Amino acid sequence: MTDIIKTEQLTFAYPPDEGKEPVQALQGVSLTIAQGSFVAVLGHNGSGKSTLAKHMNAVLLPRGGKVWVSGMDTSDEALLLEVRRRVGMVFQNPDNQIVANVVEEDVAFGPENLGVPTEEIQRRVAAALKAVGMEEFTLHAPHHLSGGQKQRIAIAGVIAMEPACIVMDESTAMLDPCGRREVLDTVKRLNREKGITIVLITHHMDEAAMADRVVVMDGGSVVMDGPPREILVRMEELRAIGLAAPHTVELLHGLREDGFAVPLDALGIQECAEAIVRAL
Amino acid sequence: MKPIIRVENLTHTYGANTPFCRSAVKNVSMEIMEGEFLGVIGHTGSGKSTLIQHLNGLLRPTSGSIYLGDRDIWADPKKIRDVRFRVGLVFQYPEYQLFEETVYKDIAFGPRNMGLDSKEIDRRVRSALAFAGLGEELLEKSPFDLSGGQKRRVAIAGVIAMEPEVLILDEPSAGLDPAGRRSMLENIRAYHRQKGTTVVMVSHSMDEVAENVERIVVLANAGTVMSGTPHEVFSRAQELLDVGLNVPQVTQVAMELKRQGVAVDPAVYTVEALRAQLAALKGGRA
Repeated sequence: MTDIIKTEQLTFAYPPDEGKEPVQALQGVSLTIAQGSFVAVLGHNGSGKSTLAKHMNAVLLPRGGKVWVSGMDTSDEALLLEVRRRVGMVFQNPDNQIVANVVEEDVAFGPENLGVPTEEIQRRVAAALKAVGMEEFTLHAPHHLSGGQKQRIAIAGVIAMEPACIVMDESTAMLDPCGRREVLDTVKRLNREKGITIVLITHHMDEAAMADRVVVMDGGSVVMDGPPREILVRMEELRAIGLAAPHTVELLHGLREDGFAVPLDALGIQECAEAIVRAL
Repeated sequence: MKPIIRVENLTHTYGANTPFCRSAVKNVSMEIMEGEFLGVIGHTGSGKSTLIQHLNGLLRPTSGSIYLGDRDIWADPKKIRDVRFRVGLVFQYPEYQLFEETVYKDIAFGPRNMGLDSKEIDRRVRSALAFAGLGEELLEKSPFDLSGGQKRRVAIAGVIAMEPEVLILDEPSAGLDPAGRRSMLENIRAYHRQKGTTVVMVSHSMDEVAENVERIVVLANAGTVMSGTPHEVFSRAQELLDVGLNVPQVTQVAMELKRQGVAVDPAVYTVEALRAQLAALKGGRA
């Protein structure tokens, strides 16, 4: 598999308060993300996960090290538009990323800026709204939609640029359970059916459990990296960096201590219950 | 226990006489008891934000009444300001409402509007800051230099500083990471314990409500559908799922076990409780 995103020894620091030392937000992150994969990046607030995400489409540029998107160096200004076309971002607050008064105009904003011809824009907007299941809202006013619907419009706006990768920067953090499910189902489908790479920045364990791969950040570095079944069972380590393992894992850990012969990686509800039934 | 707030047949309709006319709250009656820690849960659009904005008179009922103590709060509309001092409301994402130059001034804004003298304001600012889990070194900082979690705490302190008889928090932990959520809830619990005043927490997370409150009111489709202790509410977990609420993973595991014929009480919401049940079952069989 080819890599869509590659970082090498990436470091970044935000400008410090007057008279203070700069805080190192990323300290030497080397990571490759394969085309078509679904990667969750976990970490508590301040772990550097959003800073990392913002390097993936050149919203931020490296202080040290390099970031490549499909082999293009993100710090090369001449490639900026091409980089942003490949990797789209969806942010946390649904209200901060709507730019137009009508849903279809909002979705058309990205491709318009890319200079896509009008008929082609119309085709893309219709296809993008269909892909997120919002086609009946084409002529609605975005501010009357729910949070989950607004995020799906934001995702449609990204899809209309036909990206190879979508970075979701805590895009579900402000949504309620229904809204979260809508958005997650949408990105899962885009990953499976269209092969779009998904990078999901989150602190929800159940969201991470859906991914093919989980990258855990702490203090600006990658501290764990592997499939969900290997990472999410490391209860003590996760707790030590301010994260919590899924309930299922905690329960299975506890039951093991009580002498049950259960596996620790039965992450789903159904499989967890089945494992317990077998061990009773 | 006697009720401190009584909601009687409350209905609120937005956009009456327009094509967008919609009742966000329909014929709701409920009581909030003096000194209790009440959880109000419901999915987006269930009417919970509309309901709580009636409790301190920010919205006026289309029909029905709200009583604070024995008085209808709209009996004399000129006195509605007093109701807002007695019932403190912390909105969702309150950190977007900070506006003063310093943390101190921001927290002092409410008490100052109440016409308190500067010595009393000072006492309240410091006490509220401590309840919100912040240190005094922040007082002279600009609220805009703080982290998101700290800003939210400043906003909560600003309401606590009015020393309301009822403190209402709308989704106080939304968007925080697990550690931030835990410590925010610990602070709210400690506030309730130490002050002994009534606290109402609105949330869509069943886990955090169940682990913290004494009684839960469940809203769905503009009305109340359930009310009871966490155990009573969780024993109807399937109904909760049916009205679009998430129940904790551990409750779902217990429900699935029950479905598979294991003799567990599915009304659990902590890992420890289910673990203890299962250990007892296994012990019984061995």
